[in-house]
Amino acid sequence: MLKYLLPIGLFTVLAGFLYFGLGRDKQTLPSPLIGKSAPIFELARLDDPSKSFSNSELAGKPYVVNVWGSWCVGCRQEHGALLEIARRGEVPIVGLNYRDDRDQALNWLQQLGDPYVVSAFDDEGRAGIDWGVYGAPETFLIGANGKVLKKHVAPITVEIWEQEFVPLLPQAKAGSP
Amino acid sequence: MAAELGHFALILAFCLTLPQAFFGLMGAHWRRPHWIALANRAVAGQWVFTLFSFACLSYVFYHNDFSVLYVAQNSNSELPTFYRFAAVWGAHEGSLLLWMLVQATWALGVAAFSGNMPQQMTSRVIGVLGVISAGFALFILLTSNPFLRLWPAAPDGRDLNPLLQDPALAIHPPMLYIGYVGFSVPFAFAVAAMLEGKLDSLWARWVRPWATVAWMFLTCGIALGSWWAYYELGWGGWWFWDPVENASFMPWLIGTALIHSLAVTEKRGLFKSWTLLLSITAFSLSLLGTFLVRSGVIESVHAFASDPGRGLFILAFLCVCVGGALGLYAWRAPLFRSNAGFAPVSRESFLLFNNILLVAATVVILIGTTYPMFMDAFGLDKVSVGPPYFEAMFLVPMLPMVFLLAPGMHAAWKKASFESIKKTLGVLLVVALVLALAVSVGAYGWNSVMTIVGLTAAFWVAGASLVDPINRWRNGHSLPASIIGMSVAHFGLALFIIGATTVESYKKETDLSLKPGQTTEHAGFEFTMTKLEDVAGPNYQAVQSEVVITRNGKQVAVVHPQKRVYRVQKNAMTEAGIDAHWHRDLFVAMGEPLGGDAWSLRLQYKPMVRFIWFGAAIMALGGLIAICDRRYRKRVTVDESAAAAAGAKTA
Repeated sequence: MLKYLLPIGLFTVLAGFLYFGLGRDKQTLPSPLIGKSAPIFELARLDDPSKSFSNSELAGKPYVVNVWGSWCVGCRQEHGALLEIARRGEVPIVGLNYRDDRDQALNWLQQLGDPYVVSAFDDEGRAGIDWGVYGAPETFLIGANGKVLKKHVAPITVEIWEQEFVPLLPQAKAGSP
Repeated sequence: MAAELGHFALILAFCLTLPQAFFGLMGAHWRRPHWIALANRAVAGQWVFTLFSFACLSYVFYHNDFSVLYVAQNSNSELPTFYRFAAVWGAHEGSLLLWMLVQATWALGVAAFSGNMPQQMTSRVIGVLGVISAGFALFILLTSNPFLRLWPAAPDGRDLNPLLQDPALAIHPPMLYIGYVGFSVPFAFAVAAMLEGKLDSLWARWVRPWATVAWMFLTCGIALGSWWAYYELGWGGWWFWDPVENASFMPWLIGTALIHSLAVTEKRGLFKSWTLLLSITAFSLSLLGTFLVRSGVIESVHAFASDPGRGLFILAFLCVCVGGALGLYAWRAPLFRSNAGFAPVSRESFLLFNNILLVAATVVILIGTTYPMFMDAFGLDKVSVGPPYFEAMFLVPMLPMVFLLAPGMHAAWKKASFESIKKTLGVLLVVALVLALAVSVGAYGWNSVMTIVGLTAAFWVAGASLVDPINRWRNGHSLPASIIGMSVAHFGLALFIIGATTVESYKKETDLSLKPGQTTEHAGFEFTMTKLEDVAGPNYQAVQSEVVITRNGKQVAVVHPQKRVYRVQKNAMTEAGIDAHWHRDLFVAMGEPLGGDAWSLRLQYKPMVRFIWFGAAIMALGGLIAICDRRYRKRVTVDESAAAAAGAKTA
């Protein structure tokens, strides 16, 4: 008898998880990081493993952190938008190259263009954990005071940038929370 | 006006799904022929109104009525006419309407082509399909109405997602939906059999063609999607293990298992509860795929506007359909115990292994796809699962399956002896190994053991699938369509494996910068950029380069890759220039401008890549041939039906 009950048991468990997943709306619920200080990372640079980069070097200025990987289809989709945002030069974009292969990542930047002032190489995903990365692509805006102002999950577009990030830029520059 | 008519027709269609469900199920339960006839009428009416509603939505797209919100969001006055129709299913709301139309069409098909089935069975199937249609109609009306007005009307639309402006993608969703929704028919048959408490060989014979047709369309849909991704996404891969791709691949794997399990149930009256379970699972995974894509639980490039409200509805619907069916299964499946035995070496055993391995592959993919969600639920480390997991894990069940295929095809029912065929299979295996070595080491150079293993398996399956038809033909035996279909489908699988193995082992890619007039060498070909020009499409601007490909000075091809920027959504799209040849593709995609006239170019040499899609098409063709088998069309006489029932009892 038990074996005939097994399928519905498994389905119930799955449905429970799905319900949980639904309740947790990643797009609009603010990340626990919002309003807190951005986690500091120190990682090797993607283009030069002998040099390291830490986001503490950017303290005092607003910047954007974009989590990407050459394995990630959504990153490919948003890449054009990032290039456009970088071209406008409103705020520098730091790349957090997440769980990637160095050669493939460099290849990607060479092929598609490089919107990043610098890319940090997070192959073990340690910085990603500090930043609460759910899955690439994710985009964060950090103010001059080092506080996280905004987090966007899923591919970014120029439209989203203009509507959701640009209005926060004066606040980001002023550094007030 | 058209939008309101469409909306109204949709409401009427919903109203007709209710009598379809009620009279279909209860008419069979209380054995009232009048009710059963009513259910059939409701099916026809529901189909007419759904079709009308769909036509109305197409009409407002065709006429660029930007006072309809959905049109304003997904079309544009500059959009070419063909894509205005494709835009109907270009986003969430319209694609659900397409789903409903396909669902109604399948129900109509069941009502029309079920002359050889007892009325009660047909009626129950139609009733269950009515419940599913009702759920979808309600879903559209409550959460995803494509007919809502936008006031004041938009001056122009926001255009169809440029990714979707492509012929292959325009026809790929209908194909996939016909497949997805098609699995609702075996699902409904399974529920009907459980309600009736009777499941015999005849039942399996009725279900088989429906399952095969759904599988066929799903095969074509997935292949088209893969082909589109290959040339449109711009970087030459053909499968990305993206959640949405996985959502279509899981029902395909279970559908494949179902087709094979149905064969055992039809021929031997075995695996009954297992077949029921697979019928339920195939459609459940189609619904689950819809849930994952539409609810925003899992992010993906393909994800349509995700909305938790919609997710909740689909989840509730999933619980009703799948939970209901599995509950019924727990209660009724013990009735269908069969105690006929079979020897450890027999066709039954081989098909059992086939089923177990296909289900294992599905579980691998299901875990990989939902893993981030589970980890998150437990508050554990947020780990993303990428292609490396899928590529490694998927082979674990699939490799043995392919190697079991060649002997499995020739195993007899009940107890197999390979005495007569052992020699042929052995010779074929040796030939396959030699061919694999010749192709890999001889033609392309040494790569890895896995390349040889993959090619050997493919050649072995290809050879073995031909043995039976050739033997029958030589000995003057009859050659039924089902045997030809099986051979063709397995041969198609072999072609697919040859393509996938070769391209993954021997593809050559390079990224470099090139200016007009410059030449570079890659994979034995010379690529010369001769021109760089601006071209304007109907709704995009593009930079187009002309690349002449030569080999030893002789011209092979001229390709014209483009970098497009669509005017409305400002998205840059890569249109690759591809020179396709049966045994290799040369693929040129434009990257970014590097200043001056120089562009970064991606050059790829893709040996045998066409075999991937060609193999899939041949697999689908095998399905088509198999359903032409005479026994599916034959009306079952009373004698035969009684004999089958008696046979099932003694078996």
